[in-house]
Amino acid sequence: MVSNQSWDWDIGHKEIDISDWSQRFEWVEELYASPDGESVAAIVHVDEAFNVCINGTLWSEAPADKIWHLRFTPDNRPYALISDGGQWTVAISGETWSEGYDYAWNPMASADGTHLAVAVQQAGRYAMAVDGKAWESDFSDIGYFALSPSGRSTAAAVQVRSVDSGQVHAFQEGTFSVAVDGKSWDPMFVNVWHVAFSPDERHVAAEVRLNLYDYTIAVDGQLWPQVYSTVWAPCFHPTSGAVVAPVRNKGEWVMAQDGRTIWPQPFVQLWRQQFNADGSRLAAIVAPKYGRWTVAVDGAPWPLTFGTMVTDLTFSPDGQRVAALAKEGAKWHVVVDGRAWQHAFEMAWRPVFSPDGNAVAAKVEIDGRYTVAVNDRLWSTACDMVWEPCFSSDDTRLLIRSLDKGIYRRSVISVNKIAE
Amino acid sequence: MHALYQFVAGPLAWAAFIVFLGGLLYRLIRLLILVRNREPFISSYMSWRYGLRSIVHWLTPFGTVRWRTMPVLTVVTFVFHLFLLITPIFLLSHIVLWDEAWGLTWWALPDVLADIMCAIVIACCVFFAVRRSTQPEVRFVTDSSDYLILLLTAAPFLTGFVAYHQWTEGAWMTILHMFSGELMLALLPFTRLGHMLLGWLTRAYMGSEFGGVRHARDW
Amino acid sequence: MAETDKDSTKSEELDEGIEVGVRRLTPERIQTVINSVLGAETGARFKAYIQTCIHCGLCSDACHFYLSNDKDPRFSPVGKVKQTIWPMIQAKGRVDAAFIRRAAQIAHTECNLCKRCVQYCPFGIDIAYMMSMVRRIIHKLGVTPLYLQDTAHSHAATMNQMWVKGDEWIDTLQWQEDEAREEIPELRIPLEKEGADIMYSVIAPEPKFQAQLIYQAAVIMHTAGVNWTMPASMGWDNSDMAMFSGDNEIMGRVKRAHFETAARLKVKKIVMGECGHAFRSVYDMGNRWLGWAMPPIPIVHAIEFYHDLLKSGRIRIARKYDKPVTLHDPCNVVRGGGLHEMARYVVSQICEQLVEMHPNREHNYCCAAGGGVINCGPPYKNKRMAGNRVKAEQLFDAKSRGAETLIAPCHNCHSGLHDIVHHYEIGLDIKFFGDIIYECMEKPENP
Ligand code: SF4
Ligand code: SF4
Repeated sequence: MVSNQSWDWDIGHKEIDISDWSQRFEWVEELYASPDGESVAAIVHVDEAFNVCINGTLWSEAPADKIWHLRFTPDNRPYALISDGGQWTVAISGETWSEGYDYAWNPMASADGTHLAVAVQQAGRYAMAVDGKAWESDFSDIGYFALSPSGRSTAAAVQVRSVDSGQVHAFQEGTFSVAVDGKSWDPMFVNVWHVAFSPDERHVAAEVRLNLYDYTIAVDGQLWPQVYSTVWAPCFHPTSGAVVAPVRNKGEWVMAQDGRTIWPQPFVQLWRQQFNADGSRLAAIVAPKYGRWTVAVDGAPWPLTFGTMVTDLTFSPDGQRVAALAKEGAKWHVVVDGRAWQHAFEMAWRPVFSPDGNAVAAKVEIDGRYTVAVNDRLWSTACDMVWEPCFSSDDTRLLIRSLDKGIYRRSVISVNKIAE
Repeated sequence: MHALYQFVAGPLAWAAFIVFLGGLLYRLIRLLILVRNREPFISSYMSWRYGLRSIVHWLTPFGTVRWRTMPVLTVVTFVFHLFLLITPIFLLSHIVLWDEAWGLTWWALPDVLADIMCAIVIACCVFFAVRRSTQPEVRFVTDSSDYLILLLTAAPFLTGFVAYHQWTEGAWMTILHMFSGELMLALLPFTRLGHMLLGWLTRAYMGSEFGGVRHARDW
Repeated sequence: MAETDKDSTKSEELDEGIEVGVRRLTPERIQTVINSVLGAETGARFKAYIQTCIHCGLCSDACHFYLSNDKDPRFSPVGKVKQTIWPMIQAKGRVDAAFIRRAAQIAHTECNLCKRCVQYCPFGIDIAYMMSMVRRIIHKLGVTPLYLQDTAHSHAATMNQMWVKGDEWIDTLQWQEDEAREEIPELRIPLEKEGADIMYSVIAPEPKFQAQLIYQAAVIMHTAGVNWTMPASMGWDNSDMAMFSGDNEIMGRVKRAHFETAARLKVKKIVMGECGHAFRSVYDMGNRWLGWAMPPIPIVHAIEFYHDLLKSGRIRIARKYDKPVTLHDPCNVVRGGGLHEMARYVVSQICEQLVEMHPNREHNYCCAAGGGVINCGPPYKNKRMAGNRVKAEQLFDAKSRGAETLIAPCHNCHSGLHDIVHHYEIGLDIKFFGDIIYECMEKPENP
């Protein structure tokens, strides 16, 4: 995690005029703002080539044949996928990796922003690369990429043995496994999905399918003792090393830990489970009844349910509160600890807790305009665009990045100004 | 003979009606429990409006594409079901029994008309039997149980018809008539004749899915 | 008829998926699987259908297989139930491997799950659902036809239908974007644009074989000024053959990936290309298995999307398509989604003349490709052709009344009708709506 303490938290605005970008460039793609709000960037097209414009400055003298997937690392460095002369690589702050690949995609930045990983394809073989260094082995297919919390390790579901399409019985003997830093587990499975690192990076878990009908969780290549009619993505307990996953039997979902049911109450649907920081609580998105959705904490669903969907489950940093987004009809609601905000939105983004957990903020869309809401109160300004808000470490201030009428604005306001 | 008559007209009739109504209720409840336990999703889509809309179309002669594509069978089917239901209910000699037992009376069909209707029901059964044995697509899916069910349905009418015209001596045909009617009632919930109950539900479900989700006609 | 039979039986022996599977069957396994599926995976619907069906045969005339095979009762809807489910129930699962082989052929290659029979059965008995249950049993027994099973494997491994790999997908979009820029220089296929109004999703045959369809869609989106995006992750494919192979667990997994991708991109709607089975999978099959009563993010089929664009004037037609067209109503979006009048509106806006086929709208005949039947591959092509003579007759009739082009706004229908048009030498040009709109619309001037 990147500490935001060093960011500029003085109340006030900083502005960057981007209104001339559309004249300067043939076209300007989506704008991205750095987490600290100091930079705003976009991929731009100029003279039949691509470049990135950051705060009005192009990041490279030499434009590229193609640039896409511009984002910022958590430590505020812009990066993108870039291709020149048929080779693909990653560029960070305008510097490209020296290594190139036949294709590179799905970049992932580590939590502190110091490491970047991508999936790479070279001569029809697949691997991952971290900071330009590709795995020593490669595979016939790859997916479900995972980057360890520190960014030093990577893992993915890989196809170890290639079978031609049509060889269904060879396929059913198992061709997939999990590769960690390029080294694949010994056992092979029919399928592997959703690879997850333990917080200490020493273990890796994944969903595996043993044959067409039996599914379970594998941790470091070892199977849980039980099989299920299907499973969803596993996750690790933050400290104990235990693995939990939703598992399905007889048409119902329960939560299991290391092969034993821990939430006895079955659900129509159960997924996206998540521990709080100290691992004392486990929450998940659930459907307690057909067509009704909510959040369950430690197996107990909130009484308030929604008919359309629930997403973006989030624990407060202190682990005491839970927020999520819920959709009813076409409208989105922010729900905190089982209570929905009065306001409903055309769209809402993942709720953000203040460090002490007292305030919840979210980027929201109302009438086609964007703003920020804190504790069910709306910021007075609606903009052409806002980015997701961020609290100061002392809980008192909110950083809002917005764009309106061609002006990008970094605003630090007192949380009380919205929330009171 | 008299004792047998008394038994068939009394306790057995009671039993038949109880099994009939109780059986239907049991089947209905079993089904609803099954919906709740196994397929609770079904209730999310059930709609009175669309369910009834579909039923009304299918209850209307020539109200569906299917009914229009086979006019003869359509007429036979509607007439058969209609008369099957109306004739026994509005038959004077049945109403007399109700009157004796419960003091209930209602409008009765003229005997001649009822007689013709009864004959038509029998004729329809013959038609169905012939269709079953000659039409390849029906024959292919027919087994003895299908004829038995048909016989079960035709029997009360056949015996009633014979008894009414007194082509046989004594009361035994009447007894047979009552017995066959009771048998049909009692077995109805437990055979495919139960379509009398389930047919509405399956149609209503399909009507609901087509009306509310698929936005298309199911008739 | 007899000949067709012999042909298809002979070629079916080549289906390694079925044959290897059948060889591995044991009586115990057959019995356990049948009883567990019929016992634990069915409920009130199945029971009611079995108990209500009075074996009247009224559903027969609904089925194109039955009509096309000279009314051979083995092809009638209830006839298929008689040859599959009834004996399974009667024998309490004690049926033999030969029976299972035949059941696999019936459920997978003689029924398109088109649900036309629902409109012919007085009780609305859903034979398509019954055949799906047979397919579920066949799946659990490992006897699914080879091509279909392979496609289900592709879905499971790659979340798309055609083994398209992560890089190939993005590369194809970028390639189509480049191509389209030759025509419209500032055109974009915006990837991973969070907060766009629309996520556009396609089926894997588009990037694999028909990339020009993505090109055309991009031109239409661009011209209409739509705020759209396409994902660069798994979840871009809306198709789902696992739904047809009875592999419900994979069906659900694939649909979850699709909806969660749209949710991640924060779009308000998913617009999908001209595909019917994919619509069914996201509209009332996969979503239901996952517990969503209706799609959590509204699904807009291309027909409805084009309808809205034309109606609101966001795309304008420069010159209407002048050859007379006839329109095939794809079961899954018409009987399954009620888009028939919208389709006719689109035709009226983009074409000079429509020659209707009969029957049409929700009473249309299926193309005989749907329900995963065409996906069972070449071994069954003859059977599929023989099984849809009525469609050929419909097409001939439309042609004799002047139609020159056949619009089929569904991928499966498109391929199936292509086969029929060639097999019966009908001589109709087959097009998607997108083809005609792209051809006839006003486009931004190339400076
Ligand atoms: S669903 Fe279609 S193909 Fe299958 S039996 Fe019914 S009418 Fe025939
Ligand atoms: S029409 Fe309905 S009741 Fe008659 S045979 Fe077909 S499925 Fe059974």
